[in-house]
Amino acid sequence: MEKIKSSLSNMILVLVGVALIVGAILAYVNHITEGPIRTKAEQTLAEGIKKVMGSSDISVAAPEVVNERIDGKQFSFTIHKVNNATGQSLGSAVESTTMGFGGELKVLVGFDVNGCILGYTILSTSETPGLGMKAGTWFQKGNKGSVIGLNPKDGELHVSKDDKNGNAIDAITASTITSRAFLKAINQAYKVYMKHNKDTQTKQERR
Amino acid sequence: MSNLKILLNGLIKENPTFVLFLGMCPTLATTTSGINGLSMGLSTMAVLVCTNFVISCIKKITPDMVRIPVFIVVIAAFVTILQMFMSAYAPQSINDALGIYIPLIVVNCIILGRAESFACKNSPISSIFDGLGIGLGFTMGLTILGVVRELLGAGSIFGVRLLPETCNILLFVLPPGAFISLGYLVALFNKFKKA
Repeated sequence: MEKIKSSLSNMILVLVGVALIVGAILAYVNHITEGPIRTKAEQTLAEGIKKVMGSSDISVAAPEVVNERIDGKQFSFTIHKVNNATGQSLGSAVESTTMGFGGELKVLVGFDVNGCILGYTILSTSETPGLGMKAGTWFQKGNKGSVIGLNPKDGELHVSKDDKNGNAIDAITASTITSRAFLKAINQAYKVYMKHNKDTQTKQERR
Repeated sequence: MSNLKILLNGLIKENPTFVLFLGMCPTLATTTSGINGLSMGLSTMAVLVCTNFVISCIKKITPDMVRIPVFIVVIAAFVTILQMFMSAYAPQSINDALGIYIPLIVVNCIILGRAESFACKNSPISSIFDGLGIGLGFTMGLTILGVVRELLGAGSIFGVRLLPETCNILLFVLPPGAFISLGYLVALFNKFKKA
């Protein structure tokens, strides 16, 4: 077979044809992977919420998205209200995003009703492996920089390098920027969570 | 050229990382650990084999003047398919580490380079072997670089700790370490190739 010539009609036909075929294939692949991708994301989130609330016997209310301006920048938070099996409020798990060293750092942090940190997990990160990536374990209970059980009410969490007093946390060795970003994410989550709590309370009282 | 020769050509004589210096962006950016390098290499290889085959099949019906747009559409389609499958079925840790680099395979010059210089001139079967050879060469380069950087920078290989934490040379997991390690590896590779 001869190679077809580069005439205008040939070029248009081939380009449109290729685009149509590729479009159809992509639509089909999207159709079959859509379900598994959504289930996976939901699973990761559900497991994360169980982990940060420190209990597996919970019921999670529909997520609420809260947009908040902090220092002139728009941040988006997602709050998942969590009740235990008997319907008592355990607090909330809050998704919070800040800029880390290598890009966005998305943290899911669990607060009890008073604002004490119950647990946290990193949802997505592009920090440096071996350094900033340690954030997933560094701030957990029993480790050097544990934030579990602290309450940002007693002062914002900050790295001990910046200020030794108050809620000072040891930064990850050689990853101060990641540590600051992580603590900022928690502080912001706390603020939004407390404000949201107040808002819903006043709304309920008005009713 | 026999198919075995084509395969070896990509692996050694025209190794994309150490000889052709193609695809330097993913080479330097993703090789912070051995497993990242390996999975990036394998993903690129999967795309390369598929695109080489398809482009070789449609080379007769592609008018010369629009061949680059056609190649790019084919490549972008395979990368998008790979990305969808990875986010649906790959382990979360690999997906997290490579997530932002997968779409970049579209503009990886190895893929378009092989389409231009090999697939649109050779038979579909040879093109598959070329894709395998170049893909394995790229995977080999990325894995070696990743292992070296992980060992020196984090003291472990594929996550298994070998050196105590006090021996880590932080520089090697950071960008400058990528350039330094790559330079030395290229020198070593050329020495062995000559011998």
